Amino acid sequence: MALLEIENLSVEFPTRAGTVYAVEGMTMKLDQGEILGVVGESGSGKSMTMLALMGLVPFPGKIRADKLMFNGHNLLTISERERRKIIGKDVAMIFQEPTTSLNPCFTIGFQLAETLKFHEGMSSKQARNRAIELLEQVGIPAPEGRLKAFPHQLSGGMNQRVMIAMAIACNPKFLIADEPTTALDVTIQAQILNLLTSLQRDRNMAMVLITHNMGVVAETAHRMMVMYAGQIMEEATASDLFNRPQHPYTNALLAALPERAVGGRLATIPGVVPGLADRPKGCLFSPRCQFATDRCVAERPDLSLWQHGSLRCFYPLGDAEREQKIKTDHLIGAEANQ
Amino acid sequence: MSSPVVEAKNLKQVYEIKRGMFRASDHLQAVGGVSFAIEAGKTLAVVGESGCGKSTLARMVTLIEHPTSGELILNGMDAVHPKPSEKKTLRQMVQLVFQNPYGSLNPRKKIGAILEEPLIINTKLTAAERRERVREMMVKVGLRPDYYNRYPHMFSGGQRQRIAIARALMLSPKLVVADEPVSALDVSIQAQVLNLLADLQKELGLAYLFISHDLGVVRYIADDVLVMYLGNVVEHGPKEKIYANALHPYTQALLSSTPTVTDEKNERIILKGELPSPLNPPSGCVFSTRCPFVKDRCRAERPASREVDGRSVACHFAEDFLSK
Repeated sequence: MALLEIENLSVEFPTRAGTVYAVEGMTMKLDQGEILGVVGESGSGKSMTMLALMGLVPFPGKIRADKLMFNGHNLLTISERERRKIIGKDVAMIFQEPTTSLNPCFTIGFQLAETLKFHEGMSSKQARNRAIELLEQVGIPAPEGRLKAFPHQLSGGMNQRVMIAMAIACNPKFLIADEPTTALDVTIQAQILNLLTSLQRDRNMAMVLITHNMGVVAETAHRMMVMYAGQIMEEATASDLFNRPQHPYTNALLAALPERAVGGRLATIPGVVPGLADRPKGCLFSPRCQFATDRCVAERPDLSLWQHGSLRCFYPLGDAEREQKIKTDHLIGAEANQ
Repeated sequence: MSSPVVEAKNLKQVYEIKRGMFRASDHLQAVGGVSFAIEAGKTLAVVGESGCGKSTLARMVTLIEHPTSGELILNGMDAVHPKPSEKKTLRQMVQLVFQNPYGSLNPRKKIGAILEEPLIINTKLTAAERRERVREMMVKVGLRPDYYNRYPHMFSGGQRQRIAIARALMLSPKLVVADEPVSALDVSIQAQVLNLLADLQKELGLAYLFISHDLGVVRYIADDVLVMYLGNVVEHGPKEKIYANALHPYTQALLSSTPTVTDEKNERIILKGELPSPLNPPSGCVFSTRCPFVKDRCRAERPASREVDGRSVACHFAEDFLSK
């Protein structure tokens, strides 16, 4: 049985102008020991999906789902008290900005021990020893001395290590890393990524790595998910996705990377992510897609199985009869849509 | 042979840190001896981690800060000790584009007013002429001229960066200093802005000083690359040379730790530890505390920059890394 199962999850925000969908029709599964990379532009619902899972969607957001199961618990019907026992113990999250997600008023030793006392029922002394052990594991030199340090006395990379130590303190089954290295320098980023993957391997954790840096996930994730405007566009193994992208959006994203440019100009995606007012009736990517047809504008494609993954597009790039189909459905392209 | 738009010789910036009334003040060397030259239509990229002195360098080149020592020549004029008559022209010649387009535009001003301001201060154009210039510039950076009366919050991140670029270009500068101009943007938008920068460079013959930590972006846009570490230049040369065969161990580490989506997985060099404090730099080579190939000589003696294989590099053992 999968560790995590989500079926048809939506996160909606009622506003005066109408309902905003932060996440729409999200379906995914995650097994033990698997690293899932989630990529997408800002506002594509990557983080919101994970916040929904942890019950942290900010007011007035509402969650709807057919199924939201984690390790045999139904997260939809669970009481707040029970949820608190799972969150922070079996599910842990690392946030983007290490310096803002640690409490500046308490020492890191106190913050680490707090988790251990609450979830594991340790005594202060046990918690202290375990905290030292954890700091050592994440590669902080002289951990005894660091317990008394406040977050502002440590660098960004060190604070991120403390966050990781806190997240793995109770041996979670599932670790969510939300842009764990975005605020860090490249050499420190390499250290942190190495640390995360080695911890993941040793403990056979499931891990979701959310990022907008394609390079970071390409080197760590097993499976990949591409999100756009709250929907999954494509899901495939990492090597399939990077070498044989099937969705025009994935393809366009990869082509826009400067490292893939062979002299001359970079490929761009015209337009911007649709907002509330201009959310298309058909495929969400159709206003920016160079292959959009009449059908794409009129009808929204479902997430369906394609080759080894799943895809939300009528005309997968690997489809042999693709051009014929596009021709019969009348190509409009992106420019005509603008 | 055209003369360079900007030429820096041994630029240094040392800050004095006061430590109380009765103690001698400390000296923090933010930038120690940087030399470079950029010709019209060329891009020099400055690469390095936070705290390596990139931004201090940018502040000196844009005349926001006065260097402690060294020479800075802009278009043939001395910018460190300018003649009073040249001060104004000097400042118009260098313009700056900032990292965060959400913070660098005044939210209370309309786009038109933001773009007109440099003209009001520096030129004697009439209101109608200014308006005409602004509209021309908006078209040039890919914004619709009817956005003239809109406020910054009505634009997306990519459009705001276009506005910031337009503002920098209003006075037809020779040199544009771009401090991480695309690092706050998404990949698809980043590509649009990079293309725009490249087009404008070709059209107007601009020289760019491009500050970035993203080596993928640098590889795309730069002609020359200057790698800094703890205020010192460790390697400086043509992009092709450096990306093909980095001779300084720090450049090698930077290149190998940048994650890429290409299939070839090269051995990653993981540096231990973090940047040492610039108040207390290592006695020998600045990189000696983290260098995987450190030898006794590195700890004792600071290597001088020297020419090796078409670029300058500050490492005692640079020749060892030349690929045969």
